[in-house]
Formats: sequence, structure tokens, C-alpha cells
Amino acid sequence: MLEEVFRDEWGRVLASLVGFLGDFDKAEEAAQEAFAIAAERWPEAGEPANPGAWLVTTARNRAIDRIRRERTLAEKVHLLPVPEAAMDVMDEFDDSVIKDERLELIFTCCHPALPLEGQVALTLRALGGLETAEIARAFLVSEETMKRRLSRVKAKIKATGIPFAVPAAHLLPDRLDAVLAVLYLIYNEGYSGRVDLGAEAIRLGRVLAALMPDEPEAHGLLALMMIHHARRRARFSGEDLVLLEDQDRSLWDHAQIAAGRSVLDRAVALGGRGAYVIQAAIASLQTAEPIDWPQVAELYRRLAELTGSAVVELNHAVALAQAGDPAAALRTVDGLDLDGYLYFHSTRGELLRRLGRDDEARVAYRRALELATSTPERRFLTRRLEQLSASPDPTTAP
Amino acid sequence: MQYAMMFYAEPGYAEALPEAEREAVLAEFAALADDARCVTAAQLQPAETATCVRVAGGRTLMTDGPFADTKEVLGGFCLVEAANLDEVLELAARVPVTRYGAVVEVRPVVAR
Repeated sequence: MLEEVFRDEWGRVLASLVGFLGDFDKAEEAAQEAFAIAAERWPEAGEPANPGAWLVTTARNRAIDRIRRERTLAEKVHLLPVPEAAMDVMDEFDDSVIKDERLELIFTCCHPALPLEGQVALTLRALGGLETAEIARAFLVSEETMKRRLSRVKAKIKATGIPFAVPAAHLLPDRLDAVLAVLYLIYNEGYSGRVDLGAEAIRLGRVLAALMPDEPEAHGLLALMMIHHARRRARFSGEDLVLLEDQDRSLWDHAQIAAGRSVLDRAVALGGRGAYVIQAAIASLQTAEPIDWPQVAELYRRLAELTGSAVVELNHAVALAQAGDPAAALRTVDGLDLDGYLYFHSTRGELLRRLGRDDEARVAYRRALELATSTPERRFLTRRLEQLSASPDPTTAP
Repeated sequence: MQYAMMFYAEPGYAEALPEAEREAVLAEFAALADDARCVTAAQLQPAETATCVRVAGGRTLMTDGPFADTKEVLGGFCLVEAANLDEVLELAARVPVTRYGAVVEVRPVVAR
């Protein structure tokens, strides 16, 4: 219970403290102290009416005490000066209105001047409230390594003077893209099924969408992650990867799909036509029964136009084939320069198989198998190859 | 805070430009140097004029050429006073050499 409150309040409390103290380490220290006091007092005295405000006030008071002590010490021994700034605001502080500064925090954590892996780690730590050890587990590195990564990134923020601010309007589109990319990266890390980063990314996405209610792409990303996440239990059967068309739909979280769709509706209503909105729309169409493949193909075409990505072109081709035109799909695929890409070859194999060109299909599947690294992928491709040798009739439609 | 903006460009890019464009670039540099936030700015002579000095065992060793053997060489720098990194990054993106594939490295200066 208390843990849940803490998780929910951490980002807001930390943001407020970073804004107040201008220093991540000091803010984290003060926040941790306040949460420890709460853990001690709340079970007996009861949870305060406004837990967030209580935590921020307590943390600020602790930080001020600490600065006072340091200042007294400094005065006594004539040491380094202690910054005045934090002291001056103290008297104006009114604990009834705690400004939500999480947006400032997000933009600081996801500043493009920081290394990407540092942005990801700091976002999870500062905004998501994950422990350093948890983040380390999620990224398969030692806790020591993650600790160093986090201190390096905090040190760079401080040394380079990265502002704790929401970027000006003319810079906002680029900077928002960077934030969205970090959240999506966190989500995709969760795909490999370690710590539930998928759920964490959705939680962060929800915060961002709430803080930027008029940004269609923020809603688009949230919708995309929710709809994908809703299918996670159907994606594997044991260790085997299950393709969308073969997934057991009763394993889907239909409530989450519906929730994701209404977030998508909001994004579209805001005029969203960006890459995340399109991807969410595709994900949404793919959970309908039957799937409107011509519409999916059209959306992939638009997405390819936006991103210029060959991988998206490949998906466009797959949708064309599903819409009933494997020949057009193969023409698109053959125009792509993706020789080192496993799915390029497996898609070609599938299209050639559907067109009855079994020998060529086998070659393509074998090439895909050479590139496959994970066991489920290898098993899947091997099965496909076996099916090809087993069936003399190439016209079997999916 | 003070920041250094260091411009790394391919040698000879300016000479390859049509004269009118080259003059426009120079005018932009002059405007940057005149910006109130600019503490000092300098354009360097070509990398062929560089000499590297090392001291080993009490002897001074001199070699011809710039320190790093890369395609892009340090062509100039500008020391600016700014409120935060974002302000400098905006200035950096407007440095004319960035239009010709050059890189501007921004680094905070150690406060004294």
C-alpha cells in the first residue's frame, strides 16, 4: 500500500525538489529522507490528506536543515561558501500549493546532450522511482555499473548547465521527440520480458500525456504502448513466438485495448498524424476482427513516407500481401536494401511460398535461419522450412 | 556560465564557396563575435600552420601539423556567456559552418 503511494508520488516529489534545490543528488537525498520518515510515521499516525505535499514539505525542510548545518560548519571553519539561493526561497514557501514540475524533470532527464542510455536510466530513476538495482536488472548490468551511469549523467547535467525547464515553443517539437523516443525505448526493452518495463513505460507515458494534454504524439505513443502491451500474454507460447494471426485472442487484455483505443481517439481528435499516432492506429486495426489489411497497408505507406525507413517499407509489403496482393508485396520487398535483416529474408520466404515459388522460398528461409540468433526464432524458421518440404502443393493459403 | 564553442570543419570549405556566399558567412561570423554574449572569438589559420610542442626529458620536441589527424580540424572558437546549455546550443546551431557539414563542440568552461 505505502509502497504504491511512494511509487506514485516519487516523481512529483523529486521534481519539486530538483526545482527547489537545483541539484539531483541533494534532491534525491532529501526525498529519500522524507519517504523514510513517512514509512515510519504514516502507519501509526495515518496517511496525511495530501501525501505529496506532506512529502515535499518534509523533504524541503530536511534539505534546508542540512544546508543550514553545512553553512554553520562552513562559517566555523571558513570553508567553501554554501549557495544562498536555496535559503532565500524558503520563506516564500507555501505548502498548500506544490507546483507539478514533472514536465521540467522529464525534459531534463531526456536532454539530447546526455548519452541515450543515461537518459533512459535517469528517467526510470528520477521520474519512475525505480531503484538503481531494479534498473540494473532490467538492462542486465551490475548495480555498480548502473550507479556509475546514473552519477555520470547527473554530473553532466550539473557541469554543463542543462536547464530544469520545459523547452521554448520553437524547440519543443524536437525535444518532445527525444522524450517520446526514450519512453518507447523503455517500452521495447520490456518486450524481452525482464523487469516489467512495459508497464513502467506506460505509467510514464500516462504521466506525459496528462502533463501535455494537447500533444497528439504523446497520446499516440501511450495508445501504441497500451495496445501492444494488451497482447503480451498471447505473444509467446512457451518459448515460441506466436504471430499476430495465430495468437489466442482470449489471452488479450481487451479492457486495455479499449482503453488504448480511446487514447488513440483523443490523439486523432487533436489532429495527430505523426509516427506514433499512425503506429497506434495500425496496432488498433490489428486487434480488430477481421483485420482491415488494405487500411493497414495504407497506414504503413504513410508511415514509410514519414520515416523513410526500409523496415517500415517491409511491413508495408507484409500488409499488401495480407490484403491479397503478394506479387505487389514481393516487388516492394525486392526493392529494399535489407540484406542483413532477418525479417527481410523471412518475409521474402513467406511471399515466395505464397506465390508457389517454393525453391526460392527455401533459399530465403535458409538465409533467414543463418541470421536468426534466438531459439524461438530459429525454431519458427525451421518449422517453416519443414512445412515447405512436406507440402508439395504450394497453393496453400494462410 | 561560460561555454566554449569550438568549430570543427573540413579544411578549405570556405575557399570552395562562391565569393558572395563566403562573404555572407564571414559577415555571420562577425555578427556572432559582436553578440553581447560573446566574450571572445577567433578564427584560426589553416591546420598546415599548426605546430605541436611536447616536452620529454627536458627537451622540447616540435612536430608539424595539428594534434589529431582527422578530416575535420579546429577552425575557430568562441567563448560565450550564457544562462544555460540550451541557450548555447541554440547559438551553436546558428553558427554558419554548421550548414557546410561542420561540427560545433560545446563545452562548459571551468569556473575560476
